[in-house]
Amino acid sequence: MDKLRRLYLKSAGAAGVLLAAAGAGLLKPGEVFAAAWNKLAFSSNNVNDAMKNANYGGAVESKDIILKVPDIAENGAIVPVEATSNIPGTTSMAFFVEKNQYPLVADFELPSGTEPYISTRIKMSQTSNVRVAVRAGGKTYMQSKEVKVTIGGCGG
Amino acid sequence: MSMSRREFLQILAAASASGFALNSRAALSASSGSGFYDLPPYGNVSLLHFTDCHAQLLPVYYREPSVNIGLGQSLNRAPHLVGEKLLKSFDIRPGTSEAHAFTHLDFAQAARTYGKVGGFAHLATLVKKIRASRPGALLLDGGDTWQGSATALWSNGQDMVDACKLLGVDVMTGHWEFTLGAERVKQVVDNDFNGKVDFVAQNIKTSDFGDPVFPHYIIKHLNGIPVAIIGQAFPYTPIANPRYLIPDWSFGIQDDNLQKVVDEARAKGAQVVVVLSHNGMDVDLKMAGRVSGIDAIMGGHTHDGIPAPAIVRNPGGQTLVTNAGSNGKFLGVLDFDVRDGRVAGFKYRLLPVFSNLIEPDAEMAALIKKVRAPYEARLSEKLAVSEGLLYRRGNFNGTFDQLLLDALMEVKGADAAFSPGFRWGISLLPGEDITVEHLMSQTAITYPYTTLTEMTGATIKDIMEDVCDNLFNPDPYKQQGGDMVRVGGISYTCDLRQGMGRRINNLMLGGKPLDADKKYKVAGWAPVAEGASGEPVWDVVANYLRDKKVISPRKLNLPKLLGAEGNDGIA
Repeated sequence: MDKLRRLYLKSAGAAGVLLAAAGAGLLKPGEVFAAAWNKLAFSSNNVNDAMKNANYGGAVESKDIILKVPDIAENGAIVPVEATSNIPGTTSMAFFVEKNQYPLVADFELPSGTEPYISTRIKMSQTSNVRVAVRAGGKTYMQSKEVKVTIGGCGG
Repeated sequence: MSMSRREFLQILAAASASGFALNSRAALSASSGSGFYDLPPYGNVSLLHFTDCHAQLLPVYYREPSVNIGLGQSLNRAPHLVGEKLLKSFDIRPGTSEAHAFTHLDFAQAARTYGKVGGFAHLATLVKKIRASRPGALLLDGGDTWQGSATALWSNGQDMVDACKLLGVDVMTGHWEFTLGAERVKQVVDNDFNGKVDFVAQNIKTSDFGDPVFPHYIIKHLNGIPVAIIGQAFPYTPIANPRYLIPDWSFGIQDDNLQKVVDEARAKGAQVVVVLSHNGMDVDLKMAGRVSGIDAIMGGHTHDGIPAPAIVRNPGGQTLVTNAGSNGKFLGVLDFDVRDGRVAGFKYRLLPVFSNLIEPDAEMAALIKKVRAPYEARLSEKLAVSEGLLYRRGNFNGTFDQLLLDALMEVKGADAAFSPGFRWGISLLPGEDITVEHLMSQTAITYPYTTLTEMTGATIKDIMEDVCDNLFNPDPYKQQGGDMVRVGGISYTCDLRQGMGRRINNLMLGGKPLDADKKYKVAGWAPVAEGASGEPVWDVVANYLRDKKVISPRKLNLPKLLGAEGNDGIA
């Protein structure tokens, strides 16, 4: 079963990833590219500007956001990150990498009825805090955790 | 300590003082009544543990570190105690066999007195003896077993796989095993180990769907008591070692998943839960404080031979943390007294394996002879004589590493050299021949390529800072458990009070400050990047040794340490 699933997705390539996300109820196919591109937020060089421009300004830290990231990245080019918002009425979630040249990595709008859980992979240039921001009931919240990026080797 | 053991230790001390080599196998005999290895049975669940033997089938010398610095919460706590500080902390008398086993003190002299340590034929006898008094005892192998020797490399780990099956290993986890490649590990686990050895790891999953690669744990029944052994493989294998060897597997510490696995094992009726760990002891200690419901974490990776368990309190009660050294030098024996479904008491001993005191097991000795036979001529080639003590272990450098650095710089015509901070690699006493086998014990890896790279002074500093942070990051979960990269040709200071990027200063090459923008030729080996190539390091160094014939005592390139006052991790 696992082997079949893996083969299918390999052959489907990048489309497979989107299919998987849609299958998991994360996105409805029609909505994938529906949101307007927020150029200002995605090209901001500073994490606070990026948060403000993405409409997460003034986010307060919340323990109701569970952020799961590796302590040390196995590969800075594809760092797996996972976030769950337990805040009622969550309508969007976004990831920021403080020390990336462009800190805003992705902004997910969650159609009503969607479980506020995002699992994705992000690119990190160096050791940095990763932030996830949440909008719920018109207010903004955040949680952050450091991920170490190292050149590797020399262990053991 | 029993009276008879104390008497025996006094005999050892006396023998040491008078300079006689110890060679009394009667010490092991149960009938003599004064056996060093007579452990009165205790409780009803016994676990035997060895780890990080690095494929040393034959007895070796292995010098413990004189520099093993702990900072922050690790300051002056085990495992970051060396020499007399360690002896004092664990109440071990100086000048005894145990003082020799656990420290570097008077190493060459004491090694001549007490002889070599470990060896699988000797370990096999000891395991059989301990098992005889503890029916049903499990033997746990913490990993780093299939790598570290010429024969393990040349047989693709098969010599160790066969030896471990004969030794009677019940449960195993891994680290360097994975550098033989994912397919090879799966092949052994699915075939050689099938129905005999359980390979467990709760923290390895496929990188696409997060499916488990190995069983997370196994429940064994010991004297009718269900005991769960959970595997914790080295969390940073794809970072410290080449990722391309295990391209589809993801690791990490995963203590939330560990909590789930512990809870699941308890729900299935496990009355004792033990984690067989390759985390490294600092990570084990942190993990023990965060995860509840574990009776003991039996660990390895950082090669710390710690005489007594650390007891860590956590929300669920307490967890013992033991670490059992390396190179076949120790066998850990953990006895639990389980009553009314829970652990009511424990006893732990970390037994040094003194080869001279143990009659080798005939069957294991025959297997070792057989696996070595095809390679014997190659292994025994004498390359040079070493005038000084050669060893590797220590936070910043060892004489064997200095020898590798000297060889790399001379042969490659480099300004400077880097050699990885590996903790495996045996020791050689002054006056011993350096054979091919000895050289391979420092270099036997599946990515042995030497490199010569032009690097700017800024890049050199960045690399040194990065590796230094792997050693001294205040969060154990952000350490990788290796030592500092060994540096040849460049002197530097290391400020232990500083953080990442600010520890390495005053870099000097040839009497001049290192220029951040100038390019230097830097030799190295063991690149983790895919596609790297170059002459194997053992060939480069073997040619150097044949040419030199006599190796004078090495002058260690060590950094000047700042902020090291009062640190019990420095002898």
